Amino acid sequence: MPQAAIKATGLSKWFGEGATRTFAVREVGFEASFGEILYIVGPSGSGKTTLLSVISGILRPNAGSVSIEGTDIWALSDNAIAEFRLKRIGFVFQDFHLFPRLTTAENVAIPLILKKRDWDESIAEAKKYLDIVGLKNRADLPPVKLSGGEQQRVAIARAIVSQPDILIMDEPTASLDGDTGRNIVGFVRNQILNDKRCIVIVTHDARITEFADRILMMEDGRLKSIENGRSHEE
Amino acid sequence: MRGILRIAYKLLVNDGSKFAALLVGITFAVFLMVQMTSLFAGVLNRASATVINVGASMWVMDPGVQTVANSIPMPDYVLDAVRSAEGVKYAVPLYSGNGLVKLADGTYQAVNILGLDDSSLFGRPALVQGSIQDIYAENGFIVVQDSEFHKLENPRIGTEFEINNHRGVMVGIAQVATSGLFGVPTLYTTYSRALQYVPQTNFSISYILVEPKSAAEVAGIKRSVAALGYVALTKDEFMAQISTFYKYQTGLGINLFLMTVMSFVVGLSISGQTFYTFVLENLEKFGALKAIGAKGHELVRMILFQALFTAMTGYGIGVGICSLMIALAKLKVPDYAAMITFTNLALAFFMVLVIAGISSYVGVRKVLRIEPFDIFRG
Repeated sequence: MPQAAIKATGLSKWFGEGATRTFAVREVGFEASFGEILYIVGPSGSGKTTLLSVISGILRPNAGSVSIEGTDIWALSDNAIAEFRLKRIGFVFQDFHLFPRLTTAENVAIPLILKKRDWDESIAEAKKYLDIVGLKNRADLPPVKLSGGEQQRVAIARAIVSQPDILIMDEPTASLDGDTGRNIVGFVRNQILNDKRCIVIVTHDARITEFADRILMMEDGRLKSIENGRSHEE
Repeated sequence: MRGILRIAYKLLVNDGSKFAALLVGITFAVFLMVQMTSLFAGVLNRASATVINVGASMWVMDPGVQTVANSIPMPDYVLDAVRSAEGVKYAVPLYSGNGLVKLADGTYQAVNILGLDDSSLFGRPALVQGSIQDIYAENGFIVVQDSEFHKLENPRIGTEFEINNHRGVMVGIAQVATSGLFGVPTLYTTYSRALQYVPQTNFSISYILVEPKSAAEVAGIKRSVAALGYVALTKDEFMAQISTFYKYQTGLGINLFLMTVMSFVVGLSISGQTFYTFVLENLEKFGALKAIGAKGHELVRMILFQALFTAMTGYGIGVGICSLMIALAKLKVPDYAAMITFTNLALAFFMVLVIAGISSYVGVRKVLRIEPFDIFRG
């Protein structure tokens, strides 16, 4: 049986103590495989962002474990987790979080530079990935000169430039209009997903569920259901 | 430049308005700090002009003397006693006093008169015109060609003048290392002629200039002179005493100190505030870097580099502008007493480092506290 890309077991995360303790995530467990797009959906406050943070090595859970390709990430030191994220996980943030004072290529090259790769080599590599997302001719522009959809593509290029196994996307369509959002996620499905990569997307955008393999429904911090996405119906 | 620092550099300099504001703050502070301390250094240097120009290793004086300009005459026996003291190679008298020169238009100009030992002329200035031997000529005086020279209507060799109702003749034109503080021209003559031309009190020796046989003899000479009821100071000690007087007994030191502190506070306020805003504006981006995998110490290095780069650039520009301003001011106002010393530069450098340290400390705290989770939460 192939190893799970992500295996979450009994995850709980709460904030506050005693009478003020509030559960954001309560006893959640699931597995995600390589070659699939997993959606985490649910209403605001259902715990999907907290769950995303816990499984991506950003927020330490109070209980449970997260195993990525067999590595229990929360057993690692803080620095080792940061190193693990840098090498194995790519992030696409809701607001892109591109540096407006750097060029598009420099933004994309950041993970390589953090990995201490040579500057020129990193920029050259970044330009290849900009080509993949269709923005080769925008390499020397600052992100503020790009449209929202283009900025999202830059963020995706930055997330995949170091060839991570896991791609985490937080509300990738929230800052985009309907068509652009669909195009972006369709592009991710068709161009970025491969059988060595697992993509986890947090969203409450019902228009893009057609690109999901499976959908985790969250409610009040609990995993309400796991359903197959519409891509399975095709 | 390492990649992460290159990112920090680009984030800083590509934000033109913030970078300019940071530079203005640091540059302004450095300019004021260097300007203030240079003025003070210039004043102190000029206050010790006679000590520097005469160049004697040791100076014997009345214990009441605080500055070289205000000598208290000593009796002749002190000179004899010092000459016979153990360890003294030679000792000569120096007269330092003031006179009035009557100019061609009938007006008077105060001058500083230095009377050199007749036999040795110890402490004589370097002549640019004339011969030092001519100082022995009848009524001979040597005038110093400094910023005050023009106040004697630019005399030449052979120019006659009246000083304290006596006839004087310029027999040489000299240059010295440092001009005096009080804005009056300086004339050199022999010790004996100085006594003839300037009204005297009971005693006439202003200072006794001493050359010890060796540096090891200095302490013994001091003890011998102290036993006479007088004080012997090395050149550096005398200059330090003069500095102390101007620092603590004239109000000049405390005023310039306050101005320097204010410059520091102004620089710190502008730079600290701007740098804090700069970090705040990039805080989410730093959080995103942290989420991607940047470690805390890497982000700290980025911020420290930005603060240090700004500080050093501002320091360089500030020192450059200050040097230029002082040079231009000296072209227009030869009396302008400002002098940039290594001590001034080191002090300003240290204060700039403090500004950079305090400014970056706030930013570092912010960046270390940002949680990548906050980026996801928006």
